[in-house]
Amino acid sequence: MIEIESVTKAYGGVRVLDDVSLTIPTGGITSLIGANGAGKSTLLSVAARLLPADSGRVRVDGMDVATTPGPVLARRLAVLRQENAMSVRLTVRELVAFGRFPHSGGRLTREDHRLVDEAMAWFELGPLADRHLDQLSGGQRQRAYVAMVMCQGTDHVLLDEPLNNLDMRHAVQMMRMLRGMADELGRTVVLVVHDVNVASCYSDRIVAMREGQLVAEGPTDELMTPELLRKVFDVEVEVHELAGRRIGVPWS
Amino acid sequence: MAAVLTAPERAVRRRRTLAVLGVVTLAVVAAFLTVDVTGSWDYALQQRGRRLAAMAVVAVAVAVSTVLFQTVTNNRILTPEIMGFDRLFVLIQTVGVFLLGASTVTTADPRLRFAVEVVVLIGFGAVLYRSLFGRTERDVYVLVLLGVVLGSTFTSLTLLVSRLIDPNEFLTLQDLLFASFGSVDRQLLALSAVVVVLVTAGVWRLLPRLDVVALGRDTAVGLGVEHRRVVNRALLAVAVLVAVATALVGPITFLGLLVANLARQLLGTHRHAWVLPGAALLALLALAGGQLVLEQVFGFNSSLSVVVTFVGGIVFIALLIREPRQ
Repeated sequence: MIEIESVTKAYGGVRVLDDVSLTIPTGGITSLIGANGAGKSTLLSVAARLLPADSGRVRVDGMDVATTPGPVLARRLAVLRQENAMSVRLTVRELVAFGRFPHSGGRLTREDHRLVDEAMAWFELGPLADRHLDQLSGGQRQRAYVAMVMCQGTDHVLLDEPLNNLDMRHAVQMMRMLRGMADELGRTVVLVVHDVNVASCYSDRIVAMREGQLVAEGPTDELMTPELLRKVFDVEVEVHELAGRRIGVPWS
Repeated sequence: MAAVLTAPERAVRRRRTLAVLGVVTLAVVAAFLTVDVTGSWDYALQQRGRRLAAMAVVAVAVAVSTVLFQTVTNNRILTPEIMGFDRLFVLIQTVGVFLLGASTVTTADPRLRFAVEVVVLIGFGAVLYRSLFGRTERDVYVLVLLGVVLGSTFTSLTLLVSRLIDPNEFLTLQDLLFASFGSVDRQLLALSAVVVVLVTAGVWRLLPRLDVVALGRDTAVGLGVEHRRVVNRALLAVAVLVAVATALVGPITFLGLLVANLARQLLGTHRHAWVLPGAALLALLALAGGQLVLEQVFGFNSSLSVVVTFVGGIVFIALLIREPRQ
């Protein structure tokens, strides 16, 4: 469970997060949606202690992220940012193995190796294990990063736009894998997504933000309404039911 | 594109590369000690041994400081010298000669000179790094900019002061400014060796965390590394190592950049436990080999830094061309 209590964050006088309070329950996929600049990524970064909050606090399983020692928290919560340009040249296996660092401190045990292999298999990276990241396509690379985060073995996984740079096929594949992580492995997955239909089709809960404030949160079905989407995105959106899923169509 | 090697194959190759590097370095060191000895072997070995020891101390200091600096700045082109250490060293010497006179500077107790130089350089480095780092991600650009500006300022000041110096004294000054392994004081050498060993040993415990820091701040924090603390410690180590090496033999630019990148290229890894020994061996190889070439081929009619930069530069460019993505 992630508890966010009146978190505020400002950059040079502009409030990017304005008194946000939110509880993300254990299990399932929660999607953060909102227009560009709504504060989704900032909220995710604060929750993952990549950014310090100006005020308020975030607790993960009751531990304050600002004061809990890094290694302790890293065994409970894993995070992947949008940009992951690295100055070092790694193979897929080396990257994924870094996910075990909070547990092994850099010295991999037999069990760690098994978990690395498992994470690579989960994301279908087996054949690419010994390739360098710069020899992969954007989609394969993205999968490798997510595999590293999964390999960290944390109950909470926070991902900022994991579908960035992925084509339709790979986006669907990625969402299915994340779905599997939530359903089969019981992880709590929190995503920043910019496509509301991805959020609608794959997540259990939606958190909608606008201008640094929380607009609404709740089960996906309740939030996928024309009224709410208009409020969040400032665009008229029709919501249609297709094959049991709610699909928003903005071009009406 | 190179063939894809599996992880165990890579490990074997890495071990072999490091072993070959060790053997080659040993051979060059042996050649440096024994080639062309005329007269007393005892005397020759003692003299050359001392120079070799100075080279080893500098090699380790330069290699470790450059690799760490590149890791914490997430950059493979910057070296600690960008911060203007060598130019500050030149400025200290110039101002010293100007204020005190060449004879006072050259005849002063070498320990006193060394202490003054080290204290000024470490103080400069510590203040600069600590005030700059740990605030935001973008700091590295500020750091580079400030380094370039300060470096040029030091150079301008040096020029100004050297215009005011008596021409005869200026010649003495020039001798002080070339990296030289010939005239290193024995006690200073021992002291430097102790400092370098202690700092390197202290850094050794940080290595697994530094491997993670090399992935970038956010990833490192996500993996539970206390980023700021590790970076601060590494930078303090860098400041001390650079200061000691520069004060001991004078400015050696480019060597660090060369050996850090060559070590990564040759060993095919970024893990510090491999790169640091590799870079240190390469640095010793370059210094001892360069000195050998300098003495045997050019008959001392050049300087060590010229030889190292020229040969190293060619090797470096060749490697860059061979592997485009690096």
